[in-house]
Parts: sequence; structure tokens; C-alpha cells
Amino acid sequence: MATPNITMAKAINDAICQEMRRDPTVILLGEDVAGGAGLAHLKGEDAWGGPLGVTKGIGAEFGRGRVWDTPISESAFVGAAIGAAATGLRPVVELMFVDFLGVCFDQIYNQAAKMRYMFGGRARVPLVIRTMIGGGLGAAAQHSGCLYSLFTHFPGLKTVVPSTPYDAKGLLISSIRDDDPVVFFEHKAMYGLTGAVPDEPYTVPLGKAEIKRQGRDATAVGIAKTVHTCLEAAALLEEEGVSLEVIDLRSLSPLDEETILTSVAKTQRFVAVDEANPRCGMAADLAALVATKAFDRLAAPIRTVTAPHTPVPFAPVMEQFYLPSAEKVAEAVRSIVKK
Amino acid sequence: MALDKHMLKSLYETMARIRAFEEQVRKEFAGGKLPGFVHLYAGQEAVAAGVCASLRPTDSIVSNHRGHGHCIAKGVDPRGMMAELFGRATGTCKGKGGSMHIADIDKGMLGANGIVGAGFPLACGAGLTAKVKGTDQVSVCFFGDGATNQGTFHESVNLAAIWKLPVIFVAENNGYAEATPVSYAVGVPDLATRAAAYGIPGVIVDGMDVVAVHEAAVKAVARARAGEGPTLLECKTYRYYGHFEGDAQSYKTKEEVQRYRDRDPLRVFRGQAEKAGWISSAEMDAIDARMAGEIQEAVAYAESSPQPRPEDIFTDVYVSY
Repeated sequence: MATPNITMAKAINDAICQEMRRDPTVILLGEDVAGGAGLAHLKGEDAWGGPLGVTKGIGAEFGRGRVWDTPISESAFVGAAIGAAATGLRPVVELMFVDFLGVCFDQIYNQAAKMRYMFGGRARVPLVIRTMIGGGLGAAAQHSGCLYSLFTHFPGLKTVVPSTPYDAKGLLISSIRDDDPVVFFEHKAMYGLTGAVPDEPYTVPLGKAEIKRQGRDATAVGIAKTVHTCLEAAALLEEEGVSLEVIDLRSLSPLDEETILTSVAKTQRFVAVDEANPRCGMAADLAALVATKAFDRLAAPIRTVTAPHTPVPFAPVMEQFYLPSAEKVAEAVRSIVKK
Repeated sequence: MALDKHMLKSLYETMARIRAFEEQVRKEFAGGKLPGFVHLYAGQEAVAAGVCASLRPTDSIVSNHRGHGHCIAKGVDPRGMMAELFGRATGTCKGKGGSMHIADIDKGMLGANGIVGAGFPLACGAGLTAKVKGTDQVSVCFFGDGATNQGTFHESVNLAAIWKLPVIFVAENNGYAEATPVSYAVGVPDLATRAAAYGIPGVIVDGMDVVAVHEAAVKAVARARAGEGPTLLECKTYRYYGHFEGDAQSYKTKEEVQRYRDRDPLRVFRGQAEKAGWISSAEMDAIDARMAGEIQEAVAYAESSPQPRPEDIFTDVYVSY
């Protein structure tokens, strides 16, 4: 089979379609995941395929018995996906923007996350919640959050954040096949990113980080879009003779501590880069991890590069100032690397 | 609807088992043997017994914080339940759930729940599974009057209505949400009225009359199995004890309690049974005695069961820290 260059959006669409072909218990549901439900003139075609078209064509291929457009009732349909998972289906449910978690959080953290444990292992909840994160599109405060740390806080949930089309497909297939609930975060500014993706189904394991670039002088850890920010920073720093190692976490829970700590042991310097707000976020969590488990290997203070502690602003000049940039990452690295 | 003797006996037996279980739990809790909170079902037995008798083993139920009666009526082993309340390793959930989280998926019991109103979407999910797989299974959601003020109620009844899910929404209107009377917290006199907003049948039934509950449930289940969608079944009932054990219940009057005690579901059934010649009172006495013995045995089983090992907290969940 071929390995064409495709977009992240197409990679996600392919992963869902291939799993739905393989396993009849996989269903897709969410607001307008197909769109135009019940309208005869569409003749079974999807009106939307999700608000950004990521799931377009899936409804047409599999029909409305497996692709369920939902009313705008997140508690009901996310909860229904959980109940369906506990009774024998493998639902892939879309919570359109992660900022909408406020209207259905109980179902996710009190129900899906805890069922297997509360019931003494007698339940399994093989569920994937797909949801969009991230700024950069001017979507402002209520449609741009990077709220994965809230989900990562809860035992029982797995949290996955791909940064490439290849990983998006492999991680999503792993997530669908996993017997625990997985929250799968898709950075909406990265749907158009292209990369080589094999046509055939494959898996990328959950809980395994990837070293995207080898380096000697410092370790930078990124999540989703900030992986690319770190790689840009590494290119800038290379011109200055500084060698930056870049790690893509890919999963936040389970967290691949070993890859991070091994890298820090080598480089002795650590920068955590995250598009989320700083308090109680992944950057602070990673800094704490390195400080508690590798303090004696550090030759310099830990640095974090995050969004400021503000909501995401609207105006492009403000939003660009809000987001981590390669220059901010490079500056953080420079501040801890001896010349 | 003519019920056969076997079914009538079974309805009574289920109520008697629940009553014996709950009275015993009350004693054990008062004796300090049970950790945590318990919410007793005594008084509402006719609802769980009548509804679950209309279900098959492969059907699902979703319960709530007052869930012991639903568990028993769906066939969960009272010994495992009692052991769970005692926090023992042999409990239904290995001691990890407790009273508010008893579940037995193999019996179609998808869990009690500590969050009021959380069960509605889950019951829709079980109905969705049946619909996608093309089985004729149904699911039942049990909830109190208080839960009908949660957004999940309205979202889920609508979802079940538009998708024609095989779900029966069973409201147990026991008059109080914690200490707040339903007349204060709900804008309509009957919860069943709310069904009209979603285009589904709303049925009111005497929740102290197990035969009436059962007959109404059979109709709602038949409708669901036939693919005609959900029903909201309001059972007017009463809880004999507090919202939780330890609740002084100053919101109830003695007269009110007596009025409902006079209409005790087991007593109502006995009256009907004797009048119609369904089952003799000697037979029902024998059932009572057998249930008392069964529950004593459950307590003995729980008390002699091992404690869980502390390190068992690390199983049944992914742990990466």
C-alpha cells in the first residue's frame, strides 16, 4: 500500500473509517458529525461532516444507523456514548470544542472515568471522546482552550494529543481499540498540516513519547502544536550552536516519564512548552516531575513556556502574543544554556 | 391483565427481600458497622419489584443513590451487596464502590450512582446499544422526583424520544428531594406531565401497588421493545426513612408517615392477595421468614469475608504515577 502525504483531518477521518469497517461495534456520534439529519434532499450525503469537515463522508458510507447526529445536548449524548460503551459498543463521540466540557463534565469525570474502578473492574468503557483544542484561528475565549490538563487530572481517563498526521491516525486507532475511555485532543489549527501516512491501518501505542529531534544541550517537551514550536526553536538555536532535544509527549496520561527523564539526564536542562494556561497545567506538572525525579541531574533551573494566565483573546495581535512562539522557547533555552 | 400465581408470588418475594435487606442495613448502620452513607429504599419496594418483573435478564437498568432495591429486583446477589456495604473483598464491587456504586453488569445492573440525574444519559446509551445491534433489549432508568429538575433529565428524555430509544424512564416520586418537598421544587403537580414536552407518553401509577406498577411497566416495556420509543412512568410512592440514615426528617409529619405506612406496599399486596385468593397469608409469612433468613445469611457472609488489601486500590484503573 502507498504512503501518501495527507492532512491531519484526513488521517483522523481514515482512522475512524477503517476502524468502523473492521469492527461493527464502532459508532460515531456528535453534533453534525454528518449533518442534515433526516433531510431527504441530501440523499444520505453528509451536509457537514463536523463543523470543520473532519468526519465528512463517514455518514454517507456507514449510514445513520452507525453515524448519529445528535441534538445540542452534550450531557445526554456524551453520557449515552458512555452507556453504550458499557453495554457493548465502541463509540467515538465528538465533543466539538473542548471548551464545551463545562456542560457535560460530570458524565466524563464521574461516570466514564470511574465506572471500571467503582464497579470493581466489572465494567469497561471503551470510548473515545474527540475534541478540538487550541488557538490561532481567532476563535477567542470560549472556542480556543487547551484544557487537556483538566482531563489528565482524573484517574481512569487516558488523554492523547497528536502532533502529526501519522500519529493522529495511529493514536486514534489505538484509542478506539483501547478498553478505557480516551479523550483525544485535536488542535484545530493543525487539521491542514500534511505528512506521510500509510494507507493501511496501524497503531501508535498510547503512553509512548517520541524524540522528534536529538540534541545535547537542553530538552524541550512540547504538546500538539508546541511540538512544532519547539522544533522551530531548535532550528533557530542550531544557528547559535545550541543543540536542543525535542520530545513530543503524544499521550499525557499515561505519561512516558522514562523518555523525559532519560533525556534530561543527558542534556541536564529542561524546558516544558505548553499552549495552555500555566497554573496546574501540564508544564507545571512536567516541571514538578523533573524537579522531583531528576533534580540531581539538572545543571540549571527548569523553565516553562506557556500561555499567560488569561483567557484566549480575540484580536490577532493579542492572540499571537498569547501563544507560545519559537522565539519565546529559544529565549527560555538561552537563559539556561551556558555559552 | 391476569397475572399468574408464580408472578404474583415473585412480586411479593422481591418486595420482601428488599424490605428485609433494608431493615437489616438500617440496623447495621446504626450499630456502626457500615462506613459511609446509606440511602434506604424501604417504602418504595413496589416500584423496583413491579418494574423489574417486566424485564428480561438481558435488559439493563440504571439506578441512583437509593439503589439497593433496584439491585435486588434485577437479581443482584444480596450476599455480595451486603459484603459491599461492609467494604469487604467479596463485595459486588470488591469494596471499591460501596452503597452508592453497586453495579453488576452481568445482571444488567449498570450501577447505582452518587450524582443525581447522572443515570439518564447512561440509560439512553444502553438503549442505543440495543438499537445499533438490532436486539430487542430495553433499558430502565430509575430516578427520584428531584432528578427531574436536572438538565440531564430533559436532554435525555428528548434524545430517547427523537431516536425512539427503548428506554423506560421510571420516576419514583417519593415526595421529597432530600429535605425539599416536590411541591416546592417542581413547577407541575405531576412529574408525568413533563413527558408532553418531549412527545412521549407520561403515565401515573400508584407506586404503593406492585401489581399496578407491574402492569404499567409491562405496557411501557412492550412499547419500547416494539421500537415505539420511551415512556415516562411516574410512580407515586414514599420513603419511610430519611434521605440518608441519620436524617432527622423534621420535614415530615407523623400523620403523613402514618398515612403512607397504612398503604405499605407489602400490606397492600397482602390485602389484594387474600381478597382475590392469589396466595395464602401462610405462604406469604413463609416468604417473609425465608427472606429474613436469607438476609441474616448475607450479613454473616459479609462479616466473615476478608477485608480488601490496601494495595488493591491500584487494580481496575490505569495508574501511571
